[in-house]
Amino acid sequence: MLRFFLNKIALIVPTLIGITICAFGFVRLLPGDPILALAGEHGVTPERYEQLKIQFGFDRPIWEQYLKYIGDILHGDFGTSIETHRPVIQEFLTLFPATVELSLCAIIFAIVLGIPAGIFAATRRGTVIDQGLMGTALIGYSMPIFWWGLLLIILFSGYLHWTPISGRIDVRYFIRPTTGLLLIDSLLSGQKGAFQSVVSHLILPTIVLGTIPLAVIARQTRSAMLEVMGEDYVRTARAKGLKARRVIGLHALRNALIPVVTTIGLQVGVLLAGAILTETIFAWPGIGKWLVDAIFKRDYVVVQSSLLLVALVVMGVNLIVDLLYAVINPRIRVQ
Amino acid sequence: MTATTEIAPVVSARRFAGLREFWHYFSQSRGAVLGLIIFVLLILIALAAPLIAPHAPNEQFKPLFLLPPAWSPGGDPRFLLGTDPVGRDILSRLIFGSQFSLLIGVIVVTLSVLGGITLGLLAGYFRGWVDVVIMRIMDLILAFPPLLLALVLVTILGPGLINAMLAIALTLQPYFARLVRAAVMSEKNREYVTSARLAGAGHLRLMVLTILPNTLAPLIVQATLCFSDAILAAAALGFLGLGAQPPTPEWGTMLANAREFIQRAPWVVTFPGLCILVTVLAINLIGDGLRDALDPKLKRS
Repeated sequence: MLRFFLNKIALIVPTLIGITICAFGFVRLLPGDPILALAGEHGVTPERYEQLKIQFGFDRPIWEQYLKYIGDILHGDFGTSIETHRPVIQEFLTLFPATVELSLCAIIFAIVLGIPAGIFAATRRGTVIDQGLMGTALIGYSMPIFWWGLLLIILFSGYLHWTPISGRIDVRYFIRPTTGLLLIDSLLSGQKGAFQSVVSHLILPTIVLGTIPLAVIARQTRSAMLEVMGEDYVRTARAKGLKARRVIGLHALRNALIPVVTTIGLQVGVLLAGAILTETIFAWPGIGKWLVDAIFKRDYVVVQSSLLLVALVVMGVNLIVDLLYAVINPRIRVQ
Repeated sequence: MTATTEIAPVVSARRFAGLREFWHYFSQSRGAVLGLIIFVLLILIALAAPLIAPHAPNEQFKPLFLLPPAWSPGGDPRFLLGTDPVGRDILSRLIFGSQFSLLIGVIVVTLSVLGGITLGLLAGYFRGWVDVVIMRIMDLILAFPPLLLALVLVTILGPGLINAMLAIALTLQPYFARLVRAAVMSEKNREYVTSARLAGAGHLRLMVLTILPNTLAPLIVQATLCFSDAILAAAALGFLGLGAQPPTPEWGTMLANAREFIQRAPWVVTFPGLCILVTVLAINLIGDGLRDALDPKLKRS
């Protein structure tokens, strides 16, 4: 297990270095002068320009600049936002829990509906139910989620007035961030109605962000179940006279879930990409909206760091999933 | 001399039989056939856009702003799906928009397939450091969520449809490279490749003419899936204001401009998104059908 773990780490290191080179190179590839882009200033005097050049270290050779960049990152210094003048890492840490909360709700929504739907379809293969479920899943899989979000807003917020249009919580409430997850913080605050407000704000974004993972998980569960149900041990279990429920629940499902777990792990990237769109539609104060706003405000320090930080998060989660996968499936460890 | 002339018709007949067998399996799936019909219709609409669109895509009919669809109260039969915030006919814009979506799909898939095949062939055929360098770069691209990478690339290149297509092609290309590399590695030591090499075939001939044709089936399925991914991603970039720029009647861009009117004029939002969904769905249906038809493992069951 330890060897497997070290192997994985060794595979990640080149990618990790590559990611930092990408983030480092990003500002230098921008059209126009990278120094002015980093400073967010225009039409500066030559003296000021020289001053900025030294401040950002552009007077030194490129490899030295890169090493300094790595050094800063390792010290947790990701630069200062041009727009807010606050340290980027501080902004990231305030906004990241919002994205985590939304993504967690979305993936739970996708798993809770997707796995049963997949099993249900697999056990009724070829019937109208199967075709209906898989047709729906394919529609979900093909969904432009930014449009889906707008449609849900039109129906539930505009037409029925059931849910709020945007944000995380009603402006009436002030919640002191403890965990950063408002679902928990609102309960801890003990304010009446705060939790309900958080839930009602979460519903539509959760559905929107969870739609594609839901479709993927349902399709994957169905095909994994169908594959497993053709195996000898399932036939044996059936031949022994076990009840269908027990065969499916105990013998088939447990083995079918292994590829499904990988699929769920692979959804992390999908979720973070989807978060960019979902957060933009619902004005959800997370890192996706932060990134899009930064692009439009030309806050390139934020764009650079969010590129780096998001890639690191994706890598970290993928690593955890790989390890979990090895725990469930011993065969992987040996390979 | 006579031998070659005799072989030619046999080969083409065999190819024809292969196609017939493929169609037999493909047409078993009603969804796939439905997808194909929609897709062909879409191509026809895109080709005939100037003939069938009732108006020019950018023609403004002042002061007929935000007219509802023709069937609802206040609608005008001249504007079947209503007009947008600046008084343009939505139906005409949607019809012209189909040209953009199909073009995006074709260009992005072509770029990423060509790039992926080249890199995958090189990596799988030569192995060694060529393989390591190429595949590490592919891993790096895959480490970023595709939309994030595309967004950042468009920030560097500048907003616009062409840059958006380039960015999306780059994010999709590693899938092809990995696929081709894996296929090449499994084919490379087969007897037919060895015999071709012994017959004196060069590296290029071995890679492109001997090995590549045998990796086509998974490549076609992947290309179909990427076609719909490309359309979705381009629409998303357009929606965020970084893809095609107004007044281009690209479906995603149309949605971006319509966002502030979702309460007053839901039809401005509904129809462009519906077009994206139907197009992507049709292509994914075809993709599912292709996979089932080309995958020998599924055929047996």
